[in-house]
Amino acid sequence: MNIVVCLKQTPDTEAKIVVQANGKDVEKDKFKYIMSSYDELAVEEGIKLKEKFGGTVTVVTVGTTKTHETLRSALAMGADSAIQIWDDSLENIDSYVTAKLLAKAIKNQGFDIVLCGQKAIDTGASLVGGMVAEMLSIPQVYLVTKLEAVDETKLLAHRQIEGGEEVIEVSLPVLITAQRGLNTPRYIKLPDIMKAKKKELKTLGLSDLGFSVADVASKVNVVEITLPPAKKAGKIFTNGESDVAELVKLLREEAKVI
Amino acid sequence: MSKDIWVLAETKDGKVRKITHELLTKASELAAKSGAGVSAILIGHNVASLAQDLAHYGANKVYVADHESLNTYTTDGYTNVIAGLLKENQAGTFLTGTTANGKDLTPRVAVRLEAGAISDATELDCDAEGKMTAVRPIYAGKAFEKVTFSGFPQIIEVRSNSFIAKDADESKTAEIINVTPNLGEVRTKVTATKVSSGDKIELTEADIIVSGGRGLKGPENLYLVSDLAKAMGAAQGASRAIVDAGWIDYDYQVGQTGKVVSPNLYLACGISGAIQHLAGMSSSKIIVAINKDADAPIFKVADYGIVGDVFQILPALTAEVNKTKAH
Repeated sequence: MNIVVCLKQTPDTEAKIVVQANGKDVEKDKFKYIMSSYDELAVEEGIKLKEKFGGTVTVVTVGTTKTHETLRSALAMGADSAIQIWDDSLENIDSYVTAKLLAKAIKNQGFDIVLCGQKAIDTGASLVGGMVAEMLSIPQVYLVTKLEAVDETKLLAHRQIEGGEEVIEVSLPVLITAQRGLNTPRYIKLPDIMKAKKKELKTLGLSDLGFSVADVASKVNVVEITLPPAKKAGKIFTNGESDVAELVKLLREEAKVI
Repeated sequence: MSKDIWVLAETKDGKVRKITHELLTKASELAAKSGAGVSAILIGHNVASLAQDLAHYGANKVYVADHESLNTYTTDGYTNVIAGLLKENQAGTFLTGTTANGKDLTPRVAVRLEAGAISDATELDCDAEGKMTAVRPIYAGKAFEKVTFSGFPQIIEVRSNSFIAKDADESKTAEIINVTPNLGEVRTKVTATKVSSGDKIELTEADIIVSGGRGLKGPENLYLVSDLAKAMGAAQGASRAIVDAGWIDYDYQVGQTGKVVSPNLYLACGISGAIQHLAGMSSSKIIVAINKDADAPIFKVADYGIVGDVFQILPALTAEVNKTKAH
């Protein structure tokens, strides 16, 4: 089975956000980077499929050489090879262009199944997966919490919907987006890290994918980044239980929310 | 005159969903600014009778694709019908909700139309030509980005509870266009659907949320949270700490790696306010914190709070809410 996993390197969830003076970007120097947590589920699921059916797991990302550390963690988890796509013209690209680059690399690579996280934890966009699937002309199942392989050609994917789930039967090739609950990503052991260093990590530029700078113009542009407005100090009571009646009164009469 | 603003109408249990009313309200406000019309796509089976409901909230035209084969959502079937309509009618803007189906469909429709797309918009504005400017949270609400589109069409997924639906105006009517849906090849098959009992309020759509955290000390005490939620007609939420500890299902988790919510009222009970939790709920309109630690970060974002023991305050609060409700 030819398994491809798209992943993204993101700041960890404890990251503090500082906006740059230009108002259009955030300070990235102090970020501690991790693999977006949903993508970690996607990598784990890819490796599990390989363990069951054989084949290879290729991980692919769009980003600078900084992403090598994240790609290496995926290789240490058990992926076989990694692809990093980058060109300086790709700074601040939108979901559409990201998907275009990934789809082209995946197509060139060959695939039976493509796995992604259900969203990136930094932009929270949840768009790239579906865009890649559409560009590859393959079906998709979003928000998958359980994946059962009927055989090498057919899957049952449990998709989260409001208040419940659907079980979806689909034949390969397909794109799956991973939601929490799908699995528990394995811990990386030291020997795996050593082994990962020897695995193939390929870097592709725009021309390797047959694109020119004009092909990667974004359709959506960020014009400003702001921090949430500072909240004014709240009304905090300290007498415990005896404040309850007053609180309910304020919620009803002042805030008018109940 | 600008090109029309299109809205995907979502229905549930024979009713139009709240997010659709929110979208139509906003769409008609933006349409007035840009001289555009508002078109809605009503898709499903046995939904045609809801067309005028959409008119009451601002749709001028309702395209009805009502067919047995659309009874269950499928990515391929819905994408083919919806993208087909948008293309044929040269839609200027397409608004969907950040719902399970909205999330699934939006990226595919965008690529089909070769259009730029964004998700999770919480603010929306346009100029006289109908060019949209949207604001969306990034880093789960720790910051916001303002985005514009390079051209048309513009595809925008809007977060629930971002806009307030106006009251229905029953004097309004819409032109109804019945569509013969062409689903094309559908490559997935829904073999089972499990939906938990209908009275559970969906976190992302709730007006009020009561969430519990580690201050509750153990899963056996979560009834204090659910009792208050019930009294207030609220949805129940949870911090990541207690989800990770296995007290409650992931479905309830509010935060950067759980659900991002913006209700009118958010009550955080025994939650200290880790940055990853704050990221998921700080856009709530009113935040109430109940925690015994006066220095807990949750009090920094709270509009109201009580420093005290959740074991005493929650039952008292439930009783008080029930009492005032009875009046």
